[in-house]
Amino acid sequence: MPIRKFAVPSSEAEIPDFLNAIVLLANFVVIPATAYGAQLALGALGVTLVYSVLRFANFAHGDLMAFGTAATILIVWLFQGWGVSLAPLPTAILALPLGMIITCLLALGTDRFVYRFYRHQRSPAIVFVMVSVGVMFIYNALTRFLIGVDDRRFEDGERFIVTVIGFREATGLDQGLALRTSQVLTVIVMVLVTTAVFWFLRSTRTGKSMRAYSDNEDLALLSGINPDRVVLVTWMLAASLATIAGVLYGLDKSFRPFTYFQILLPIFAAAIVGGIGQPFGAVAGGFIIAFSEVALTYAWRGFLTHILPPDLIPAGLVQILSVEYKFAVSFLILVIVLLVRPTGIIRGRVF
Amino acid sequence: MNMLVAENLTAGYGGVDILHSCSFAVGAGEIAVIVGPNGAGKSTAMKAILGMLPLRTGRVTLEGADITGLSPQARVAAGMGFVPQNDNVFPTLTVEENLEMGAFIRRDCYQDTMESVYALFPVLREKRRQPAGELSGGQRQQVAVGRALMTQPKVLILDEPTAGVSPIVMDELFDRIIDIARSGLSILMVEQNARQALAIADRGYVLVQGRNRFTASGETLLADPEVRRSFLGG
Amino acid sequence: MSRIARPLALYAVMASLIVAVGFIQSWTVALSITNLALISAIMTLGVNIQWGYGGLFNAGIVGFAALGGVAAVLVAMPPVTDSWIAGGTNLGLAGLAILGTIGAAVFVRGRTHGRRRTWATLFTILAGYIVMRIFLDPASDAIEAINPSIQGYLGGLGLPVLVAWPVGGLFAAGAAYLVGKVALGLRADYLAIATLGIAEIILAILKNENWLTRGVKNVTGIPRPIPSERTFQTIGWVSELGHSFGLSPAMTAAIANRLGYALLFLLVLGTILWLAERALNSPWGRMMRAIRDNQDAAEAMGKDVTRRHLQVFVLGSAVVGIAGAMLVTLDGQFTPTAYTPLRYTFVIWVMVILGGSGNNWGAVLGGFVVWYTWVMAEPIGNHLAAALADLLPAGWLRSHILDSAPHLRPFLMGMILLLCLRFAPRGLIPERRAPSTRKPEVN
Repeated sequence: MPIRKFAVPSSEAEIPDFLNAIVLLANFVVIPATAYGAQLALGALGVTLVYSVLRFANFAHGDLMAFGTAATILIVWLFQGWGVSLAPLPTAILALPLGMIITCLLALGTDRFVYRFYRHQRSPAIVFVMVSVGVMFIYNALTRFLIGVDDRRFEDGERFIVTVIGFREATGLDQGLALRTSQVLTVIVMVLVTTAVFWFLRSTRTGKSMRAYSDNEDLALLSGINPDRVVLVTWMLAASLATIAGVLYGLDKSFRPFTYFQILLPIFAAAIVGGIGQPFGAVAGGFIIAFSEVALTYAWRGFLTHILPPDLIPAGLVQILSVEYKFAVSFLILVIVLLVRPTGIIRGRVF
Repeated sequence: MNMLVAENLTAGYGGVDILHSCSFAVGAGEIAVIVGPNGAGKSTAMKAILGMLPLRTGRVTLEGADITGLSPQARVAAGMGFVPQNDNVFPTLTVEENLEMGAFIRRDCYQDTMESVYALFPVLREKRRQPAGELSGGQRQQVAVGRALMTQPKVLILDEPTAGVSPIVMDELFDRIIDIARSGLSILMVEQNARQALAIADRGYVLVQGRNRFTASGETLLADPEVRRSFLGG
Repeated sequence: MSRIARPLALYAVMASLIVAVGFIQSWTVALSITNLALISAIMTLGVNIQWGYGGLFNAGIVGFAALGGVAAVLVAMPPVTDSWIAGGTNLGLAGLAILGTIGAAVFVRGRTHGRRRTWATLFTILAGYIVMRIFLDPASDAIEAINPSIQGYLGGLGLPVLVAWPVGGLFAAGAAYLVGKVALGLRADYLAIATLGIAEIILAILKNENWLTRGVKNVTGIPRPIPSERTFQTIGWVSELGHSFGLSPAMTAAIANRLGYALLFLLVLGTILWLAERALNSPWGRMMRAIRDNQDAAEAMGKDVTRRHLQVFVLGSAVVGIAGAMLVTLDGQFTPTAYTPLRYTFVIWVMVILGGSGNNWGAVLGGFVVWYTWVMAEPIGNHLAAALADLLPAGWLRSHILDSAPHLRPFLMGMILLLCLRFAPRGLIPERRAPSTRKPEVN
């Protein structure tokens, strides 16, 4: 990331310089990491739900996200063709519910024709993982068939809530701050959706029966909880969350199917860090991964320039890892958690 | 009149019979106890009664209705409550949620039933917001029994309810079981602690090598010198 | 009898399919398919050691294959002396910094306990990393500045390329040891996730550390173990032999070159297959299968399951690494961007599952069948798309269908995997079970 030119700090301007440092940090670390964390949290929540009810790490989740996003983008194009929009919000928000429905149908169809057989066989978890790899291929092919492999940007409407220039003019600071619509939207949607999911799990009969089934399958069956219904609801939640996460990620960055396979690693890391099978942990894990990733790949020199006396400013970029290694951060955190506390921050299932 | 009758049960695993034409019955408001040495087929008998094992011969009736063909879940719906020996609670669910899940098949209001469970096990009311997994062993057993009572069963079947709890907790649990029976429920349980269990039993079944060896009231069995010598250690 | 007859028949069918390509299309194509199928078969053998013997799910095969590939560069390419002069000192210091960090971390861990131990270790490693970067960054800049259009990296050792094959195995084994130490002994799917991660990191390093691998600029011209086509054209008896079959000298040379690779690969495959079969039928192999089939019982009998798993994991990865080095040798160039998880991890998995997990002959067959399908999916996809498009009027849908032909590949792979897991979970050539564990056929 190229560092912008900034004014040479002078001793009279100490207070604004401190403000500059904070603005810089907000612009390059806090805001992007919060948005990214929210996207990971939604993805990890889906993974962890599937994990806690169906008991396997779903390798197809990334490609399910990609499919959901592709379906939503097609609907966005359709709406744009009709001239339907939600300006100043992106059209994707309007298309999202339809995309979710399509993705739910795909997930339910997959369960009916693929996973159900192994569930009735009571196959070991690793067989499910293998099956999910097969499903991953199919989803991947479907997504490519739908929309191809190219990079797609589908963000429309008002792109910025706060622009760099607008912020500079308004505050008189050297550092600018940009706040994108997609970022704010991501955080709002994430808060609403996770609250709804937690409420659902905690307070509804179906939600409780899902937790009961996840806790003790045999006793749940004996209590008359219908496993097919629990599984159905789980897939619907997972597919909806995957679509929401995928669309928000695509709005914030861009949509390219392969990126959605790569994001599987930080999502798994978030789910494990949070304690796999723990919905709240998954959300926390998403933010931990996102903030670590952004903080470790950010060049801190600009920030230090503002807060350190001139003769202490380091010569290098003070960047721990280059951006190309951002996936290494998820992996490092994953390794540390596996070594130090394999159950995750909130105790999840290890065996 | 007998509430639950199991006649001539023959069943086993993989073609090998463990139970040989065993019969059990429990009357309304009675406590029936199945005891016997290890490997006598007690848990197999329980599974056979619950429909968790296919029967080679025999039938099971509940209030006179034949339920031999029903699945375990359908038997629960028909009025059998079951408390498994292990893993008998939902550990991350709160006590209250455990009870709610017990009442999952009920579509009517179950608040009264929950109140009566709390009345029976007052400590559960205190801990109702706590995850069941965090409770002590005895309290967990109370949750398990309470969960099974939530369907308002006609018969409550308990698989070694006192396994692994302290003697004090065991006495307390047996007292509660007597209370439950007094309220009109029939109780059938398999027990390791034969002497204490027979002491509260209206009917006792001593099972040996998959066959009914002695069948009589608990009192009679406890008094029988042969039973005492062979199974109760003198 | 059918224990021999079935595999034989299947291998015969596979061979005739390849021969058919030779007759219909061309012999060079048939041999190219064979060569890549042989390499795939070796990778499949490696994965089969992990999955079939140990029940371990490695989701990072691509990373181990790429590590093997980089061995070909580091062993066979000539050293770039100027780069060593420009950056060697700093690079050496960076290496010392790594060693020092490891030493310091061990020292710190010996002196601390509990939570403080974790943090102290992390802090030590972070500090060591920063010191390492202080030396590595200038070294990397200096090296990359040396003749960047064709060099800009350290080069290799200038050794014969065949040396790279075992070295590739060692590289992959080393990485596998580290991952295995962390992720084995936990849930089975944690290993899958950890290997997925290590593969991403290996690929990121190979793409970005230009001083080591030239990154996305690729390393070309890796020395070949088999004479080039041009050399073969100058060998008189080869051309004459070809002529007697009615082949042009150019065609003869192309076939001779590919045949040379095929024989070399066949030799490696044969050796590994022989070793793998011996291991499988040894007491060690029986123990591994016992652990796989009933881990709890094996643990109760005092077997150190995690240690055994680490063993098969490292062994299997080493085989994948060897295959990775062979692949780069065949291509004559190292292309980091070519390593995609779909092609090098998940397709290999399809090969293992289709072939018959736990059966080495099955794994090899799976390698051939799936590679053949992978290659044929493209022309078949094009034909299908063209046939379908012919039925449609020109327009959006028609061009979309024509564009979609390449997507048949992942679809086909997914279908093979799912159908196989569902209807033939033991694969084309099922694992031979020991008589004692076989269930009675009649009740």
